[in-house]
Amino acid sequence: MLDVVLLSRLQFAVASLFHFLFVPLTLGLSILTAIFETLYVKTGDEDYLRAAKFWGKLFLINFALGVVTGITLEFQFGTNWSKYSMYVGDIFGSLLAIEATLAFFLESTFIAVWHFGWNRLSPKLHALSIWLVAIASNISALWILLANGWMQHPVGYTIRNGRAELTNFLEVVTNPFGWMEFMHTVSGAYILAGFFVLGISAWHLRRKREVTFFKKCFKVAAVWTLVFALFEVFNGHLHGSEVAKAQPTKLAAMESLWETKQGAPMYLLVIPDEEHERNKLELFPIPGMLSLLAYHDPGATVKGLKEWPEEERPPVALTFWSFRLMVGLGFLFAALSLWVFWKRNNPEEAPWLLRILPWVIPLPYLACELGWMVAEVGRQPWIVYGLMKTSKAVSPIAPAQVGISLLAFILVYTLLGLVDFYLLFKFARKGPSAKKTLAAPSSINA
Amino acid sequence: MEQNIFQIIWFILWGVLWAVYFTLDGFDFGLGMLLPFIAKNDVDRRVIYNAAGPFWDGNEVWLITAGGATFAAFPKTYAVMFSALYTPLLLILFALILRGVAFEFRAKEESPVWKGIWDLCLVVGSFLPALLFGVAFANFFQGLPIDWQGIMHGNTLSLLNPYGLLGGLLFVMMFIVHGALWLTIKSNGALKRRAKKVAESFWVIEMLLVIIFLVATGFFTDLWVNFFRYKWLLIIPALALLGFVAIPGFLAYGSYWKAWFSSALAILMTTAFGVAGLFPRLIPSSLNPDWSLTIYNSSSSPLTLKIMTAVALIFVPIVILYQCWTYKTFSEKVKPEFLETEEAY
Repeated sequence: MLDVVLLSRLQFAVASLFHFLFVPLTLGLSILTAIFETLYVKTGDEDYLRAAKFWGKLFLINFALGVVTGITLEFQFGTNWSKYSMYVGDIFGSLLAIEATLAFFLESTFIAVWHFGWNRLSPKLHALSIWLVAIASNISALWILLANGWMQHPVGYTIRNGRAELTNFLEVVTNPFGWMEFMHTVSGAYILAGFFVLGISAWHLRRKREVTFFKKCFKVAAVWTLVFALFEVFNGHLHGSEVAKAQPTKLAAMESLWETKQGAPMYLLVIPDEEHERNKLELFPIPGMLSLLAYHDPGATVKGLKEWPEEERPPVALTFWSFRLMVGLGFLFAALSLWVFWKRNNPEEAPWLLRILPWVIPLPYLACELGWMVAEVGRQPWIVYGLMKTSKAVSPIAPAQVGISLLAFILVYTLLGLVDFYLLFKFARKGPSAKKTLAAPSSINA
Repeated sequence: MEQNIFQIIWFILWGVLWAVYFTLDGFDFGLGMLLPFIAKNDVDRRVIYNAAGPFWDGNEVWLITAGGATFAAFPKTYAVMFSALYTPLLLILFALILRGVAFEFRAKEESPVWKGIWDLCLVVGSFLPALLFGVAFANFFQGLPIDWQGIMHGNTLSLLNPYGLLGGLLFVMMFIVHGALWLTIKSNGALKRRAKKVAESFWVIEMLLVIIFLVATGFFTDLWVNFFRYKWLLIIPALALLGFVAIPGFLAYGSYWKAWFSSALAILMTTAFGVAGLFPRLIPSSLNPDWSLTIYNSSSSPLTLKIMTAVALIFVPIVILYQCWTYKTFSEKVKPEFLETEEAY
């Protein structure tokens, strides 16, 4: 029997995973577009102007769905999680409101300025507008992740008047968990945007189309992707040890560790067996590795899942596999980005790389979604870790209401997602506009 | 919970955010609803899309902020408001999603079928929120059947009562006139003449609805009580009426910007009228006045309210400043040459 809790969780999963198909590209491609436009302003090289326009167009197609699906997320806390909203609104609500006031206004206003302002603003002012979009969307991510970070690791509050009330704002905005999440999430987003640009550039380079143009794009994206792919491995590790400190149940599920162990090894191959509270298979152990990674001490004790009663453990298999796959993809991106960086000046001489890169585009998307699965599924059964159970957080609404809206979400989002990716494909394959049809900023007097 | 000045500040800000949202996105909704009736060809339609082009997204953020402010300042009201109105709110959200992508997607393919689909999305995506926001706010004004826990006793259809529907119709009509006036500013020639005509003729219905609404408010709600207790508040409905009445005058003299500003004043003040009448309640309970959600029993802690006040007082003026700059930068008409460029909708 599907109840309101499960239906609301499914709906939130659909709405947030779908939203996050568009957010990372927004976060990363806004900066890359800004970099291309700045290069144009600095060098006067028209290819960079065309790059700003070409990638900017793809950015806009992607941005539209990111914005409209974001509104749904904000309001879902009220529609489906009203008890949660009442209980933690004092802290969580203010973070969302600050995000809207500080960042979302700036982002939405200046994306229109950038979109419609090619002939109305000076080149510098026009480049500034895309920088404002890029900065605003990343600040927006920071506040959202501070809000999520608070759900993961609540700080700076006290229980008063039957709810969580803010006692220390500074503690909330400097919550290390939130900052770790922010760095990890935006780096992931930058990797995604990097492989997006690399993949599309490679597709055109392999067909010898606009070779000079796409080589320039390739080179910028190669440096960019290398920086963040390597940084992600490093901060992913830091994030992991923060999880070990703040959320021991999540860590145990990520590693499918059932028994508490001193000097816990890391098994390269594990198949969890949730039903029997054990692993079907544990192969290739690296002694002390898990303890070392989690607590920077190969002899440290790592708590196993059996330390907690079953109703306080997250779903193990889903958390475990999402985590494993995400980490594997992370290392793949680091390796690929080294290869790409090595060939950054002459990618046309690396046919295999050009052949592979377009197929890599979907992988960072997958990695980002898996990351959210680990973060949110791994936090269960808590909506706010250690403070409020997800089952206690839902609205007093009828299952039928949520059932219908869930179906509507699936239907509408699938259709819109298909259209959006169709358009991204179409304009990505079309390539940049030809040189002569192109108007530079302010070349037409408005 | 103790009473403090910040609750009153946030009540006012809450009202201002919603009022500004309706005033700004109102003309986008109006343009969307007018699309099938006022555009004779694809060029006309594109002028309408581009008349809202640089603005709709920034306008919509006022809704996010109004929602976010409700969450931050009055979490209990946010929780009840959005869960009690689950179905209409989700309809609004879906409508806004379709409207938003219609702007972005329509010009990306040439096929008339493709364009027709997005035009339909724009029309429905503009009409539904206009109607449902009106219905929702009219229901707030007369009170929702919520119990002491904030649980709604009644269903979505019970919102479609006479006063609720009247509110919905009023919103639709205000926004149609508001959008038509915006189009008189942004277009030329035959389209502009049609927009002017629409504004003039719909203004008559709008005026009629305003009067019926103000009178019905006396019968269905207790909003007027505040205005008779604090007589100076009567300036709000007076300014609303002044705004409505001034529209045809300015139109007759061809002062389109002034006509639009009159309409803006009217929408701002009509919303303010409802909100001021609610004070100090945010959502009255129609079951028992003691169960109403007020600024005192549903607000955040004083610390949160203080921090949010600082954030709002610093950043909202900045937002207003750069949004005004945007309106000024893109104040000129949608020219045919512009429609030739690749960035036009």
